[in-house]
Amino acid sequence: MIDNVKELLKAHEGLKHEVYLDSENSSTVPDEVIQAMIPYYNLRAFGNPTLTHKPGWEAYETIMESTQKIADFVGCRTLEEINFTPGETEADNLALMGTTLSKGAKGGKIIISEVEPLGVLNVAEMLQKRGFMLTKIPVDAEGFINLEKLKEAVDKETVLVSLSTVNHEIGTIQPIREAVKVVKEGNPETIFHTDASDAYGRVPFNVQDLGVDLASLSSYKILGPRGMGALYVKEHVNVERILEGQVGTQRLWPGVENTPLIVGFAKASELAFTDFEENVAHMRKLRDKLIDGITVVIKDVLLNGPAGSRRAPDNVNLSFLRCEGEALTIELSLKGVYVSSGSACSRRLLQPSHVLVAIGRKFDQAHGSILMKVTRIHTEEDINYALKVIPTAVQRIRGITGSTGVE
Amino acid sequence: MKVSRSPLPYNPKILELFRNPKNLGKMEDATISAVAGNPVCGDMITFYLKIDEKDVIEKASFESYGCAANIATSSIVTEMIKGLKLEDAWKIQYKSVAESVGGLPTIKFHCGILAVGALKRAIRKYYEKKGTCPSWLQKEPSFEEKQALEEEELARALSKRMKTEEKNNAGPLQNP
Repeated sequence: MIDNVKELLKAHEGLKHEVYLDSENSSTVPDEVIQAMIPYYNLRAFGNPTLTHKPGWEAYETIMESTQKIADFVGCRTLEEINFTPGETEADNLALMGTTLSKGAKGGKIIISEVEPLGVLNVAEMLQKRGFMLTKIPVDAEGFINLEKLKEAVDKETVLVSLSTVNHEIGTIQPIREAVKVVKEGNPETIFHTDASDAYGRVPFNVQDLGVDLASLSSYKILGPRGMGALYVKEHVNVERILEGQVGTQRLWPGVENTPLIVGFAKASELAFTDFEENVAHMRKLRDKLIDGITVVIKDVLLNGPAGSRRAPDNVNLSFLRCEGEALTIELSLKGVYVSSGSACSRRLLQPSHVLVAIGRKFDQAHGSILMKVTRIHTEEDINYALKVIPTAVQRIRGITGSTGVE
Repeated sequence: MKVSRSPLPYNPKILELFRNPKNLGKMEDATISAVAGNPVCGDMITFYLKIDEKDVIEKASFESYGCAANIATSSIVTEMIKGLKLEDAWKIQYKSVAESVGGLPTIKFHCGILAVGALKRAIRKYYEKKGTCPSWLQKEPSFEEKQALEEEELARALSKRMKTEEKNNAGPLQNP
């Protein structure tokens, strides 16, 4: 296996341009962020923040200062509202399990949408198997949740509603404030969780404005280090730990705090929020350049998700008809353009992306989908190179398809 | 519906066939063609065979809507069967196809099976059209034909289930 990978990598040798557009699945960490983290490995604050010595107190100070930054960016009332976790998946798991199980696992109803990330969807389905009722709210062709259906679904049994602020695959910016209103009117006791990993640092997101109880954040999705995320928990909202062990400064996540990653997450947040408007305008410009540049040149392309201001500024998701997605990702990789696909072939099972199926894409449309995300550090040159490479790649893969499957 | 991903370390042979597939494209003067798979699965192969009067495969070509493994296995099958008598081509099994491409990741076995399934369908179709059935041609579907059929049925069931779910979601929500 490893030898095969070495050969695959060798096939990429000599690339003059490389453009990484897959920050949905992992991201590069800018040098400024790495430099900010390095001292915390061996120069200072490497102690355990709960212990009574200088490196420990330094760690405590560092973690609290980093927490303060993130708390300010999302509009927290207190520092305790930010709970670091090892990532978005863990934050989602904590949100869903930590609230439902805190009610004594007596059951009740959980409401999510059909387009939630797997950290929410799979956990909700697991809880369903343990006796909770699960309702999935449908979405329209652009991925927007149906507020009427949400209103109908909320009842006195509803313990938790979990709806992402921005869809991770197709960039739909959901009407979360309205959704919170609908839920709280239906049942003021219901806890409202939002996975805000794709909103944080890219669309205005303030927990008090929106009225959410819980919100998941991800570090790598704003070019911070992987292995770090956070769950915002509104004061007085009851969430219980889902892991047990030595609890330190993080009430909801036991274990030794990862101070350098927390510093990196805070630094990446700072970089995203300094000149926020400029960063967003830059991403939006590159996003539209990419979408327009592709759809003008290539025929039979569908934009998945909404266009314009209702779409996240970083998200590009296109379906190339008669062009299998996994084959296209490999073809593009060999040319130095790195993207991911919602194709079944790039996943283990036959089902393509559940998000694309939920917005009504036919399976063959979903199989030809490519997801790309632009970041504040991408340049016009990066997009120009992608635009140079993509049409040729699509043409070649379509050439292999030929008349197969054409009815 | 759990969706998981696993690493796909394709070997150099598959990569080479993906980059430079042999015998690619529709054959205008084909004696017979056959399809296996379904676009719903994201896996579909069309085989074209030119067969002479002595039941020897003069040439073969393919088109593939599928992943790199799908393209590579289809390509290798067209090379393996060129010049073979249909009787000998029928003996090809997906295992030897997988070996010929230097091994397939486990989750891509079905690509090799599908390629051989398309070949065997083409051979069967040829004799059906001809109105004869040589003694070596088993009446029962071969392993690969069965697997191809199963995958296609799964795809149909899956799209049907999706549609039903859509309908259920569109209806009024009821609390159990």
